[in-house]
Amino acid sequence: MGVQFLLNGETVRVEGETPTRTLLDWLRETRGLKGTKEGCNEGDCGACTVMVSDHNGSRAVNACILFLPQLHGKAVRTVEGISGPDDKMHPVQTAMVTHHGSQCGFCTPGFIVSMAVAHKNGRRDFNDQLAGNLCRCTGYAPIIRAAEAAAEERVPDWMADDLAALKAGQSGHVIPGSSDELAEWYAAHPDAVLVGGATDVGLWVTKRLDELEDVAFLAGVEDLKQIEIGADAIRIGACATVTDIAATIAPLHPGFAEMLRRYGSVQVRNAATIGGNIANGSPIGDSPPALIALGARLHLRKGDKRRDIAIEDFFIDYGKQDRAPGEFVEFVTIPRQADRLKCYKISKRFDQDISAVCGCISIAVADGIVTQARIAFGGMAGTPKRAKAAEAAIVGQPWTAETTRAAMAAMAKDYTPMSDMRASAEYRMQTAQALLMRYYLEDQGGPTNVLAVTA
Amino acid sequence: MSVSKPLPHDAAPLHVTGQARYIDDIPVPANCLHLAFGLSTVAHADLRKVELSAVRSAPGVLAVMEAGDLPFANDVSPSAHDEPLLATGTVHYVGQPIFLVVADSHLSARKAARLGKIDYVEKPAILTVDDALAANSRFESGPIVWSKGDASGELKSAKNRLQGRIEMGGQEHFYLEGQAALAFPQEGGDMLVHSSTQHPTEIQHKVAEAIGVPMNAVRVETRRMGGGFGGKESQGNALAVACAVASRATGRPCKMRYDRDDDMVITGKRHDFRIDYDVGFDDEGRISAIEFLQYTRCGWALDLSIPVADRAMLHADNAYNLPAARIESHRLRTNTQSATAYRGFGGPQGMLGIERVLDHVAHAVSRDPYEVRKVNFYADAADRNSARRTPTQTTPYDMQVEDFVLNDLCEKLAKSADYQTRRQAVADWNAKNDILKKGIALTPVKFGISFTLTHLNQAGALVHVYQDGSIHLNHGGTEMGQGLFLKVAQVAATSFGVDLASVKITATDTAKVPNTSATAASSGSDLNGMAVKAACDTIKDRIVDFLGERYQTRDIRFADGLLYIGKESLTFAEAAKLAYENRVSLSATGFYKTPKIEWNRVKGKGRPFYYFAYGAAITECVIDTLTGENRILRVDILHDCGASLNPAIDIGQIEGAFVQGAGWLTTEELVWDNKGRLRTHAPSTYKIPACSDRPDIFNVALYEGQNREDTIYRSKAVGEPPFMLGISALMALSDAIASCGDGYPSLDAPATAERVLTTLNRIRS
Repeated sequence: MGVQFLLNGETVRVEGETPTRTLLDWLRETRGLKGTKEGCNEGDCGACTVMVSDHNGSRAVNACILFLPQLHGKAVRTVEGISGPDDKMHPVQTAMVTHHGSQCGFCTPGFIVSMAVAHKNGRRDFNDQLAGNLCRCTGYAPIIRAAEAAAEERVPDWMADDLAALKAGQSGHVIPGSSDELAEWYAAHPDAVLVGGATDVGLWVTKRLDELEDVAFLAGVEDLKQIEIGADAIRIGACATVTDIAATIAPLHPGFAEMLRRYGSVQVRNAATIGGNIANGSPIGDSPPALIALGARLHLRKGDKRRDIAIEDFFIDYGKQDRAPGEFVEFVTIPRQADRLKCYKISKRFDQDISAVCGCISIAVADGIVTQARIAFGGMAGTPKRAKAAEAAIVGQPWTAETTRAAMAAMAKDYTPMSDMRASAEYRMQTAQALLMRYYLEDQGGPTNVLAVTA
Repeated sequence: MSVSKPLPHDAAPLHVTGQARYIDDIPVPANCLHLAFGLSTVAHADLRKVELSAVRSAPGVLAVMEAGDLPFANDVSPSAHDEPLLATGTVHYVGQPIFLVVADSHLSARKAARLGKIDYVEKPAILTVDDALAANSRFESGPIVWSKGDASGELKSAKNRLQGRIEMGGQEHFYLEGQAALAFPQEGGDMLVHSSTQHPTEIQHKVAEAIGVPMNAVRVETRRMGGGFGGKESQGNALAVACAVASRATGRPCKMRYDRDDDMVITGKRHDFRIDYDVGFDDEGRISAIEFLQYTRCGWALDLSIPVADRAMLHADNAYNLPAARIESHRLRTNTQSATAYRGFGGPQGMLGIERVLDHVAHAVSRDPYEVRKVNFYADAADRNSARRTPTQTTPYDMQVEDFVLNDLCEKLAKSADYQTRRQAVADWNAKNDILKKGIALTPVKFGISFTLTHLNQAGALVHVYQDGSIHLNHGGTEMGQGLFLKVAQVAATSFGVDLASVKITATDTAKVPNTSATAASSGSDLNGMAVKAACDTIKDRIVDFLGERYQTRDIRFADGLLYIGKESLTFAEAAKLAYENRVSLSATGFYKTPKIEWNRVKGKGRPFYYFAYGAAITECVIDTLTGENRILRVDILHDCGASLNPAIDIGQIEGAFVQGAGWLTTEELVWDNKGRLRTHAPSTYKIPACSDRPDIFNVALYEGQNREDTIYRSKAVGEPPFMLGISALMALSDAIASCGDGYPSLDAPATAERVLTTLNRIRS
């Protein structure tokens, strides 16, 4: 394996590492750059945040679940590289000192990087930009004050990375450059692991301590990152990140985009791909219920053979998907439609949490009568699943609270949820039913969103 | 003068540039070894066979140790010698260390630690309060009972009476830097240990016992922790001892840091509590008598559970004058992690018990809970300059409350936060909204300051002045982010009248200041500030004696980096050089012990606390009655830090403590399954507050005043007290729920969305 990237402005070439060596371990153990911290080793705390730049711009990602080959041809800045030449501080660093934004200091390098990336990108939605950085000391208030204070300052010159300076040579064959290359390689290595953003596979390595033998990194498959809005359908490549999808889909389906905002932190959304979120088959992945509610189709490819299926048919059972060895998700298509989609994510914490229940509902009404209903939930069964009984109870009926209540009752036939550390079965069922009522009430213009309330 | 200035944290420039060093950042030689524990996967079992051949032959493994391989003491308990480093024949919880892997890398050690094949003979596990009560599984021989007056008699004659129960969960510390230690073997069997600990002296003590040397052969250094919150008061012992033992065996440096999941599975957390109450009161809600039954799961070993449970009892009154009270405390032994110190140390649990009672009583008499709180408050201390005397008023443990300020403090807060108007506005809003409901609550805090184990209330310091006028400062306190080092340096700089930059803050080191207490109980600046001041005063006295004789004057002042000597002056550096050249010692130790405290913990009578710290918070929240989802919208806090040593640091402590306290009572839920396995052992499943969970509007102010006791510059301790301001969040949620039905919500904690909805279901039905 040979991987080449810019590290704090300097070209580095990494040889002889296992492909699942994380950037964090490599920085700390091999490179001796100790500023980037390990807080959780699973992408949930942000202490290891680094800035990764490519031709799409600069983004914050978690180094603890980022494998070195994912960085090939990119530029990385750690907290050491956020300071400028001669130890000149970045404006966010100065502001964090003067606004008392650090106490124990352990989360601080990660915050500094997230803040510097937000600063570089001109983002001021700090609650969201910093949702992936946990701080246990400050209660965040002084950190936000610091971010606001630094917002007006110029981006320092040293923050610009010259990718042209990087003469990214050939890397190993495990980093395909196109979907065709991937198809050919994967057909020949059907048991291999495909790594998109590694926000899930990363944990196989850092927590389950798997040793992955055969692995392909999809970071270079540019054609699968494309998102195209056509006249009839939206076509989303499997390697498109959640960040890019949310930005593109927001004008068409704002409810989907808002749910994707809460899908994970900025760092996770910047890495996670929609193909990974679908193909891992998790019953609590957040994008499948929305895609089901939108009537999306999944396009699969093995070698030169392609097929497409309704996305709900992909999820056969818990841990079982309609995917042959060597077959991969190439893209997803969403038919163009009038937006009737609402997405409701129920979790213990609003940001950077896994859903207990994720309900996505799209109900079309004409002349007061429901003409079409697509209702899908995550967290309610072993797979993301449609609520067909509830849909049947609602279609053809007048769009009223009474109809909604009938559908809520019918939903008991659709799901037999389980109890776990996120929620009890009873709570899941009651909430899933209640979300139908929320949809109805919201459609009638009533206030139902606690996130929209102010003191 | 440096004291009272809002200076930024001394290490902030290092924090923000990534240069601040934590244990895992200390450079080590290439031959450093790395450790990991093999853990029990069952809650209670005898070990029939421990088969470790696969562990021994795993790549990178140099040694594997079991209990029988330990050379000396196999104990890491801070209290009762009941906590073996490695299990001996029986395991008592899921996560208990059974064997120790010594390997060439952190990853090799972790991988190998999972290869043990343990043959368990499972035994019944005691997991819940009810399990423990049924089996009479407890520490100490029976419940501890303290009382004041005849509570049961007074209850019978009370005009009104009600009973209730509150269950409150524990809390994971979630210090961002996990537990870590690093040992360097020295010549002659000595050991140098770097530990992320609040208690270097205890690390020194346990390491010495484990490697069979006197304490003088072990030196422990702690520059800083990446957060502690009580979780590093005793929980670092195992790692430091493991490193020392492995270093002794291999002759090589050894490092151990827990992976986050291991950290959460192995280490103790805040004690969860069940509190039953029976209260008598009049129509205004004035309490005449109360009985509390406090039950807590202490886990498998004693650790610090006795003082924690004591402190819960000591805060069962919070801010209220209870004419008759009986408090019964059950310290239950369960097959779970050994619950440990956590910010507030039982105080929050005891306080939440009485705050629930006040809320419940207010509901029963249909009054604003704040009005009911007011009629039960202790009386404010009289102005010391006035003739008025503070009335005799005692806590249930017979301590005079001499410094109460909450009547005035709450009134000021209610005014600045517009409490009455907003309470009406909330009611109006609720009348117009069917699905979303708001709630608002004001809750007070009175928190006792001092270690309840009285002998711990002592501290030492070591101060050197070098001949160039630079100052080297050392004391027994540890820095975990709370700004202790800065506050103490401000004391030294003020004492010598020099700029803060002249004072070098140095790592806590058991070779410089011995026999220290843990940095805990909010006592850090009170104790160490005074010890440092004493050391500075000693040096100043020597300089004054010397210069006084030389200049023939007693008029010598230290200020502005100068010594004003009569009409002349010297720079501090000139004075230091002159003193040195005239053979004046410029190094001194300082010592402090807290005065006035004396009590009998068995009887529950006396003065355990030097003084009380006070504060109050008003929280406004909103809930969704369809799903139970909820948010904090606005928080106003007025908190008493006496004469603040550093207002910026103190406000930072208050903001952070509030959010942490609110987290305890809202989103932070520890879930064990019926096999005793902790299911929430990572941040993916255990949810501390994130950025957007802080209140949209967050007003924090310091109450004007000074400590009536003679503390360091009349300041007050701040570490723990504001944590309990978070109770207002739970009470605000309860208020919102109460608007949806006639019944009293009896909302338990943590008030996750699910618990809010379950509570709504109950009061709506």
